[in-house]
Amino acid sequence: MATLISEIEPPTSTTTDLVRRKKRSSVSSAASSSTTAGSVSSESHARWRSEKQQRIYSAKLIQALQQVRLNSSAATSSSPTAQKRGKAVREAADRALAVSARGRTLWSRAILANRIKLKFRKQKRPRTTTKIPSMTTVVNSSNRSRKRRVSVLRLNKKNIPDVNRKVRVLGRLVPGCGKQSVPVILEEATDYIQALEMQVRAMNSLVQLLSSYGSAPPPI
Amino acid sequence: MSNRRSRQSSSASRISDDQMIDLVSKLRQFLPEIHERRRSDKVSASKVLQETCNYIRKLHREVDNLSDRLSQLLDSVDEDSPEAVVIRSLLM
Repeated sequence: MATLISEIEPPTSTTTDLVRRKKRSSVSSAASSSTTAGSVSSESHARWRSEKQQRIYSAKLIQALQQVRLNSSAATSSSPTAQKRGKAVREAADRALAVSARGRTLWSRAILANRIKLKFRKQKRPRTTTKIPSMTTVVNSSNRSRKRRVSVLRLNKKNIPDVNRKVRVLGRLVPGCGKQSVPVILEEATDYIQALEMQVRAMNSLVQLLSSYGSAPPPI
Repeated sequence: MSNRRSRQSSSASRISDDQMIDLVSKLRQFLPEIHERRRSDKVSASKVLQETCNYIRKLHREVDNLSDRLSQLLDSVDEDSPEAVVIRSLLM
């Protein structure tokens, strides 16, 4: 077991080194700009662009992808459509992102909480469907439509100024901020955007790595 | 005018204008500067929020595309043996 672990660790460090090398140019420019920015904004700005954070995230992403691979290879009975696999990868990446946020932000906690809720819902569903199935499904859909109708009405009222309406829309895009106050939504959005940018950069470099390995000619 | 509107709204969004301007300007830093006007100080909050929503949707779409490509790459790797050894050492 110890030998296996020691074998695994250097490869992950090489990938993160490659990831780091590609990001060095963006990180150095970001570091210089962050020193000139304000107090709180520079903190979060530097947080998501620091090398350390990117190293942490890329390592977690690779671990999460390993698990996705193991799950997909184990569960060969379920129809592995391309869409399902893509969604599984996306969820794993989001989870890794949320974990590297260290629970300081609302959206990261919402992402992690949603996953647990989904697990519980999957367990409870077989029990409720054994009862009158038509009644429960009708009730569920009407509840959902009631909630949706109320939120749409609020958005369409002319009393709510334009800016507030847009903040509500933004709140629905950021996970976990649907019913928060305006300043909370704006703060969460700033952090979420930076985290998403880092996620995109990390996944981009990973895709480049894998595709370059795939297209490289085999050594003779 | 905006003060009156914020007082009339029944929701708990009674933040001061200064706070709002502060947060919106902070948000504006992270948006890509595509629509840069001449007066960069006086971009309306509504425009900034619209750009933010568009940008977040764009980032979501990019993440979806990348995860689809990643899943394809992860599956296609098993076919070739010499590369599979390298990638297995990386991912397992």
